[in-house]
Amino acid sequence: MADVPISRGFRGRGSGARDARIPPGQHLVEDFPVLSAGPTPPADLANWRLSLDDGESPLAEWTWQQFLALPQTDLTVDIHCVTTWSKLDTHWKGVSIDTLLEAAGLTEPPQPYVLAHCDGGYTTNLPAEDLLDGKAMIAFEFGGEALDPEHGGPARLLVPHLYFWKSAKWVQKLQFVDPEIPGFWEENGYHIYGDPWREQRYDGD
Amino acid sequence: MTVTEGAAAVASKKQWLAATVREVIDETPRVRSLVLEVPGWSGHRAGQHVDVRLTAPDGYQAQRSYSIASAPAENTIMLTVEMLPDGEVSSYLAGEVRIGDRFELRGPIGGYFVWTSDLAGPLFLVAGGSGVVPLMAILRERASKKATQPATLLFSSRSYEDIIYRAELENLARDAGGPVVVHTLTRGAPAGWAGQTRRIDAAMLSETGFAPDRMPRIFVCGPTPLVESVARSLRDLGHSPKLIKTERFGPTGR
Repeated sequence: MADVPISRGFRGRGSGARDARIPPGQHLVEDFPVLSAGPTPPADLANWRLSLDDGESPLAEWTWQQFLALPQTDLTVDIHCVTTWSKLDTHWKGVSIDTLLEAAGLTEPPQPYVLAHCDGGYTTNLPAEDLLDGKAMIAFEFGGEALDPEHGGPARLLVPHLYFWKSAKWVQKLQFVDPEIPGFWEENGYHIYGDPWREQRYDGD
Repeated sequence: MTVTEGAAAVASKKQWLAATVREVIDETPRVRSLVLEVPGWSGHRAGQHVDVRLTAPDGYQAQRSYSIASAPAENTIMLTVEMLPDGEVSSYLAGEVRIGDRFELRGPIGGYFVWTSDLAGPLFLVAGGSGVVPLMAILRERASKKATQPATLLFSSRSYEDIIYRAELENLARDAGGPVVVHTLTRGAPAGWAGQTRRIDAAMLSETGFAPDRMPRIFVCGPTPLVESVARSLRDLGHSPKLIKTERFGPTGR
């Protein structure tokens, strides 16, 4: 903090407003902002598929009905967007990645990294272990209602312990890979991992 | 998809840089541009943004992202900030700030919503309100590079007084080879207004934009409902989603 310039006349909401659940550089919002790089794809549940691939080899695939028949999980979590908003106590329903792996007959991820692929061509990369042990799900309900298309419906990846661009909207495929393949924002200047508590916003942070 | 092994390892951390306000321009009653001197700023590409960090005398900090309004240049950038209701940072930048005040910047950020003059194809820019800011950076870059790709800006503002960069846009449009600028005013137009007065819709996009077979590069920026509706209409008109780049704002600025 030695050389940080003081902004004359700025008081802000004050340090008293800080919440231990808000990571550094973030601020609390009550609404749910929308950020996407392109148009929201039209939902087509009849042709919706979710698949798991090991490299180029298919492991498993679910239709919307098959996906909804899998055991479901509720999660109440705080989410943190790299554009500096955080939202506390968000309620999600979905299918955990643990459940998907089990349903695909796997006891562990076949490769150490995942590239998530989405309708519209968006991708994001994660270490496979960040998806395990109840830490992540394919979510299809937010706040007790079907997930709005703007927010990634019919279903999105939810990985709340990383910046929210990792929680890919309109997810269609989880591809297990080695080595790690940088996704869309990771190729466009954002951090390869994206831990909000270490403020890993941009490449090099 | 390319595999860039070790890409993260070679990148260096973007450092916070001290910025000093050198000029304050009132664009509209609620929107203000700040020309900042930023020693060490290495330039940017049109469409990119920065993180701004304010530090109060008691050490309290607040951080937000803002689009860059100026064409790429060294050691100086312009931000244009709209004052939001209850906006912790925007009320400072668009209200309190005076020449000589200081804060910090980090960037440039974003490698997707960008335009450079070597990109082929017509340019169709669609803005709502302060969503015009990164698109103005594109038009300024286009003018400074004397780029010849045809360009059109379709710009939705609430009222005539709310049109950001009104005079500069008029000047750009008058230049030989300048962009076509089409305004629509959604909450009341002055007497004698000959322009559009409805929200941007498919018909307006079709009339003002380029035909899909000309493969225009399309940049849309504004509040979420406008961006959602415009991007959907453009897709329905036959434009490839790959050529439609969007950036949204709204609550994120608070």
